[in-house]
Amino acid sequence: MDNLLFTLLLWLGSVAAGFFGALTGLGGGVIIVPLLALGFGVNIRYAIGASLVSVIATSSGAASAYVKEGYSNIRIGMFLEIATTLGALFGAFLATTMPTSTIAIVFGIILVYSSIVSVRPPHPTPAATHPDKLAGLLRVDSSYPTGEGIRDYYVHSIPTGFVMMFGAGTISGLLGIGSGVMKVLAMDRAMRIPFKVSTTTSNFMIGVTAAASAGIYLDRGYIDPGLAMPVMLGVLMGSFAGSMALVKARPASLRMVFSVTILLLAVEMIYRGITGKL
Amino acid sequence: MSGKPPLTDRQIEVVIGNLLRAGVLAAAVIVLAGGVFYLAHYGAQRPNYKVFSGEPADLRDISGIARDALAMHSKGVIQLGLILLIATPVSRVAFSIAAFAAQRDRLYVALTIIVLSILVFSLAGGHF
Repeated sequence: MDNLLFTLLLWLGSVAAGFFGALTGLGGGVIIVPLLALGFGVNIRYAIGASLVSVIATSSGAASAYVKEGYSNIRIGMFLEIATTLGALFGAFLATTMPTSTIAIVFGIILVYSSIVSVRPPHPTPAATHPDKLAGLLRVDSSYPTGEGIRDYYVHSIPTGFVMMFGAGTISGLLGIGSGVMKVLAMDRAMRIPFKVSTTTSNFMIGVTAAASAGIYLDRGYIDPGLAMPVMLGVLMGSFAGSMALVKARPASLRMVFSVTILLLAVEMIYRGITGKL
Repeated sequence: MSGKPPLTDRQIEVVIGNLLRAGVLAAAVIVLAGGVFYLAHYGAQRPNYKVFSGEPADLRDISGIARDALAMHSKGVIQLGLILLIATPVSRVAFSIAAFAAQRDRLYVALTIIVLSILVFSLAGGHF
């Protein structure tokens, strides 16, 4: 296979990854890395470099669509970005010292988790009824539009959320993924921020988080132009198409197929990691 | 207080959203242009990414990439587009500092400067 065909196939695979990533809300990164590593025989370090670049593209590209809706909370997002960017630096340093087999196993574990999350229906956390002292000091309590008008909400458990965000940043920097699922978990479950606000604020944070590890990746030679080019362009187009399709439908059967696919990729990643074939 | 009223959070978000989209679009166009040159040059070669050896030094930092891109080396042009892409969320953070300052919000100016410092440290290569 020559470079032309390789690039074309990689681009097609990335379009599909971006499409299904947007449709399921998991993002393209969790599919891009296994696709490159297992499907195209690309070294996992190059794979996470190309994936991280596509993560920045989709997060930033989608942001303008989200802000128009008025959901995201830029104050809590900015405050928590201190945690995610520090985590991302730590994760990127870990990535440069960790053997590829270990990275593959950690990736597999995150895939198993993503697979479970993608089929579990979101059951909303009850809204907090009273203000929290630290949230008051940071002035992060806000409001968001709902079907019944503007609704106020109170943010809670900021220290717990901060620690979880450091973890999410570490995973993002280590594996070259957006780790939006973990960011939403921290905001929605721990900090009791409304789900819609959590997902849109998370999307905002993903790009900044990924940029914090991208500098290290670039310096250590993880970002290959020949790989990053079709992956970035493909994921960007795919996720755009996916978010358009999302407005129309979110079929449960598709989510199940996707979940099983990710689970199979997880098993393969962990198996190859343990046997040292990655 | 003098001059025009401070920006609302909502207005800031809209400007930031447009900034991000413009950055990504420009980056995508440069990457695509570099990609066409790249395939014209290297299209017939066999790809080999099995072993990680890292990119050559000139494709790892901003000055080397700028030199390669100016010389119209296809890989340098792609990397230039990728640098612009990485810089997009960074510029978002930088813009937020100005926006919070316009709101006279010292706490958030300080918090945002911390985030920007972490990003700049990484973009400088992350060397201690």
